[in-house]
Amino acid sequence: MSNLEDLYREVILDHYRSPRNRGELTSPPAIRVEGFNPLCGDEVVVYLEVRDGVLVDIKLTGHGCSISQSSSSLMSSAVKGKSIEKVRETIATFKQLMTVHQASLDEKSDVAPIDLRALGELAALQGVVKFPVRIKCAMLAWNTLSQGLDELA
Amino acid sequence: MAAGHTVTSFDARRVRADTPLLARVVHDRTITYLDSAASSLQPRAVIEAMSRYYELRHANVHRGVYQTANEATAVYEGAREAIARFINAPGGANEIVFTKNATESFNLLAKSWGTANLKPGDVVLVTEMEHHANIVPWFQLRDVAGIEVRFIPVTDDFRLDLSNIDELMRDVKLVSVTAMSNVLGTINPIKEIAAIAHRHGALLAVDGAQLVAHEVTDVAALDADFFIFSAHKMLGPTGIGVFWTREETLNTMPPFLGGGGMIADVRIDGYTPASGPARFEAGTPPIAEAAGLGAAVLYLENLGMANIAEHERGLTADALTRLALEFEGRVRVIGPGDTVNRGGVISLDVEGVHAHDVAQVLDQFGVCVRPGHHCAKPLMRRFNLSATARASFGPYSLVRDTDVLLEALGHAVTMFG
Repeated sequence: MSNLEDLYREVILDHYRSPRNRGELTSPPAIRVEGFNPLCGDEVVVYLEVRDGVLVDIKLTGHGCSISQSSSSLMSSAVKGKSIEKVRETIATFKQLMTVHQASLDEKSDVAPIDLRALGELAALQGVVKFPVRIKCAMLAWNTLSQGLDELA
Repeated sequence: MAAGHTVTSFDARRVRADTPLLARVVHDRTITYLDSAASSLQPRAVIEAMSRYYELRHANVHRGVYQTANEATAVYEGAREAIARFINAPGGANEIVFTKNATESFNLLAKSWGTANLKPGDVVLVTEMEHHANIVPWFQLRDVAGIEVRFIPVTDDFRLDLSNIDELMRDVKLVSVTAMSNVLGTINPIKEIAAIAHRHGALLAVDGAQLVAHEVTDVAALDADFFIFSAHKMLGPTGIGVFWTREETLNTMPPFLGGGGMIADVRIDGYTPASGPARFEAGTPPIAEAAGLGAAVLYLENLGMANIAEHERGLTADALTRLALEFEGRVRVIGPGDTVNRGGVISLDVEGVHAHDVAQVLDQFGVCVRPGHHCAKPLMRRFNLSATARASFGPYSLVRDTDVLLEALGHAVTMFG
């Protein structure tokens, strides 16, 4: 069962049971972006409020599995109040975490490691890479956020 | 078979021993395969029939005059005869068209028969419990031919609501209904619906994909006009599906895909299509798959479809009872609660646990179930669900599969509790 505990870490279950930044923002001024995962029916709606190059507020609604929902919640905590530049950086690092080969997470590996400390709580999602089908669940909110930022640009 | 005198040689343990994939070990557990509604597993007889074709008889069909080409044609046409017998097609093999899968069969129905026979304002009546394969081709036809697509609603107890059917039948030219829901397990009253359709001058198409491997199928007794299914849900291989209609209807339908094999003549000013099933089988057909399908029919006939139905009803009754007892309402079955007009498809909604998480935990126990919307999104919306975890039985299923399912479900409930 060790694999399963790698996937469903306590942090993930906590964010699934008590999602952060859940709700809606008035749009406009906030922008509203929808993301779908047509294969499993997961849905996420991201509301973004940006002022002076800073993501001052973010809210999310939607439904889906524990991985997609906790990833949304963890994402919102990680990016709220950050500069757009910093948000894009976090998105890139998270995408990298989701696309790396499992081996680079091993301490003994000689593949350049990802700085997990820089990811903070988000590192809890690293177990997802062992379950390739679930990567799209973890990525849903991030891709939607990314799309929202592109619309703003 | 007279009641009380049925001697059965059916033994699910033997079917299990005949099915190589069921010996697999995943995550240190012997596999528990509960996803036959998505795709069933092949007995050795099916796999060997396909190998035999490739090893000894491989050639294209309906072309060569050499020995192996004749044998390949005999294998392919033999499968057509086996299917005609299996579903009791009144006109025999001339009424059986091979397609790629049930989805392609529905597209053949919509694009060939539908385009030729439906005009703007005509209605195709489907149901809220249809697979997308019996919805999307009609929407596509609506967009080009101006037809209307109407839905028979589903009741709160997971049955078709026929209370308002005469009103729903206004302007309907075709009723297209699943014989058994791939989400709910509900078996629909096809004979009754055939009578309603015919009384209103409409034809009836039946999605038999979920029914054929689990119940006796008799298209003549059902009084259907079209019957559609795929091989891989009845122990056969992927890549081949079936379209049945009466010969007189088939002969009036325009060709579907164009190319080799479907013509009587081609000139520089045009072509003349072939008659019979060949008209709808353009290009080299799935020959090895037909060999496998023919073997699957023989295998099922030897087991006896009535025996399989009885076996699976027993498994379903046992599973429904234990699911209700063991989880005190935390695991809800989305489908009829008893086995009256119900097949062995059990969709589960676990309180507080998303279907994908349920399926992920189950996988660690070697249990294969299908999470998701099961290509039936209108039905999921009807019951305000985004996904269910679906367990489904086959002739090789045993009570011990349900034991493992319940053990793994218990783990999922605790983990997310």
